[in-house]
Amino acid sequence: MAMTHGTDVDAERRAPARRMRSRRPDHRHSAQARAEKNNHPGRFLVPAFVVLGIFFFLPTVYNFVYAFTDWSGFKSEINFVGFDNFQNLASSGTLFSSLRITLVYAVLVAIFQNVFGLALAVLLERDTRLNRFARVCFFIPVVMSALAVGYIFQALLKPEGALNGVVGAVLGTDVTVAWLGSTTWTIVVVALIHAWKWMGLSMLIYLAGLKTMPEDILEAARIDGASTWKAFWAVRFPLLAPAVTFSVATALLGSMNGFDIVQATTEGGPARTTEILNIFIYRTFGQGLFAQATTMSLILFLMVVVLAFPVIRTLRKREEVL
Amino acid sequence: MSGARSGALSTTLSGTGHRSMRDGPAGRSKRRRSFAARAQPVVVILLVALLVGVPLWLVVATAGKSQGEALTPDFSLPTEWHLFGNIAEVWDRGRVPAAFAGSMLVMVPAVFGVLLLGSMGAWVLARRSSRFFAVLYAGAISGIVLPPAVVTIVLLLRQLGLAGSAVGMIGVYMGIYMSTVVFFVTGFIRTIPVQLEEAARVDGAGPAKVFARIILPLLRPVLATATILICLYVWNDVFYAFFVIGGRIDTLPLNLFQVASAGLYLNNWHLIFTYVVVMSLPLVVVFIVAQRRIISGITSGAVK
Repeated sequence: MAMTHGTDVDAERRAPARRMRSRRPDHRHSAQARAEKNNHPGRFLVPAFVVLGIFFFLPTVYNFVYAFTDWSGFKSEINFVGFDNFQNLASSGTLFSSLRITLVYAVLVAIFQNVFGLALAVLLERDTRLNRFARVCFFIPVVMSALAVGYIFQALLKPEGALNGVVGAVLGTDVTVAWLGSTTWTIVVVALIHAWKWMGLSMLIYLAGLKTMPEDILEAARIDGASTWKAFWAVRFPLLAPAVTFSVATALLGSMNGFDIVQATTEGGPARTTEILNIFIYRTFGQGLFAQATTMSLILFLMVVVLAFPVIRTLRKREEVL
Repeated sequence: MSGARSGALSTTLSGTGHRSMRDGPAGRSKRRRSFAARAQPVVVILLVALLVGVPLWLVVATAGKSQGEALTPDFSLPTEWHLFGNIAEVWDRGRVPAAFAGSMLVMVPAVFGVLLLGSMGAWVLARRSSRFFAVLYAGAISGIVLPPAVVTIVLLLRQLGLAGSAVGMIGVYMGIYMSTVVFFVTGFIRTIPVQLEEAARVDGAGPAKVFARIILPLLRPVLATATILICLYVWNDVFYAFFVIGGRIDTLPLNLFQVASAGLYLNNWHLIFTYVVVMSLPLVVVFIVAQRRIISGITSGAVK
């Protein structure tokens, strides 16, 4: 991902060296290539590519085939049906609503997870004993199963759940807010839960970025009379660009592929307003509508291709400005 | 703002460390800073208690309750601890021993296999410089971004005669995480000087020997980080497992899903959270014991 680009940058940096090398006599160049070939034989790549080919690329190729068939659990033969699956999904409105929901979910998660992660990293930056303990605590949700996290928050947020119990006790009345029952706001609540689970990872990424920051630059900002707040936004935050790229990309990809937390909190409800693509795929697959599930899987694939690469490129560009 | 920025970027000074920033330039900001410094531990403790303590307390308290008490989950202490009774019940109903065995059966070979094959490939990809290998590298790491085709994997495994088998599941996990391993390990190998290999080659070692004796031992830190991350994903995965081995092989998340799907219906919150405790405990304990190494491993791998 980000790194294909990284190698490009490296290649650019190495370009002058390579130009010098190519001025050498040709036979030396080919001898070097031969040595490279003998010492690092291509056959070492074969097992990795066999596994990737069979278990990753081939099913993806199948996606482009079976999305155009009537493959289902109800009959044994499979026929080509052209764009019927796409048409059905589009005309029922499912296609665009699922796409929109997945996109909204991914963007919300990316924002929440990174804002929380960055805030925690800044708060816990100094290496005190308490801060180290707090970092471990905030990383526990990352280690836990996402399914378990979903159930915890369902128990917290359901109408007769723990949160309403506390609010009710404080107010002295019975409170039965359905925190996961709004057709508008539930997606935000679920995105917050997703962000809660993964904010520890973003925190670590930002901490790593803060630690590797050259100190003389900060010193310069201080001498220039910048306040801590100004110094953070004008100097330190721009320098965090590589960490932002990594953390935002991870959050976006992770939430576009999300399933567990949504399944464990809302199962796509209420009224299918939190039905992200993987929930739809899981549900239709369970109903035996394999071709429809495949079509949505292909749509997820295309969505990631269309969105992830430009996002990563934009974030990388921002890094280069520095 | 822009002045501070350009000044910061153009001036190079031998700094005494950014900690001195905390003493701010003006007296007023100094007082504010020290107030912030004094408030920081309080804020940290409150946040940890509220954001992590409260949800985890709900799990532990509910797991300790009887069914009647856990009917509507709240933060109260159980009047009598039923944790071990609940564990015994979940052990049975959730088939915990079988699920544990299934999780291990899938995770251990998948993680071992993907690390070994990924490192072998990464070594060659890191050392060969032709355009052809650059293209191969791009292909090999594309899986970091691209989502796996879960539905058609089922069909493919059926055609291969691997449907519902542990081998199929291991293959799928290896396919999904191969890109991650290749990416991390290739980046790491590029920092290892080739001269180290040449010394062994002069002594007549072939590529296999050079890889096993020289490269593999040097990869320990990056492989440790990759092991942790992939174990985390595989151990907790329910989505891919559902498609590939659902109903055939028990794993801990699959059985949690099953217990919860039945349990939510019956309001068996005490059993759901007991299962959460049983399932999360191994990973959480491993993490807390090895937290220093895990955290430093992940942070050094994440930002380059």
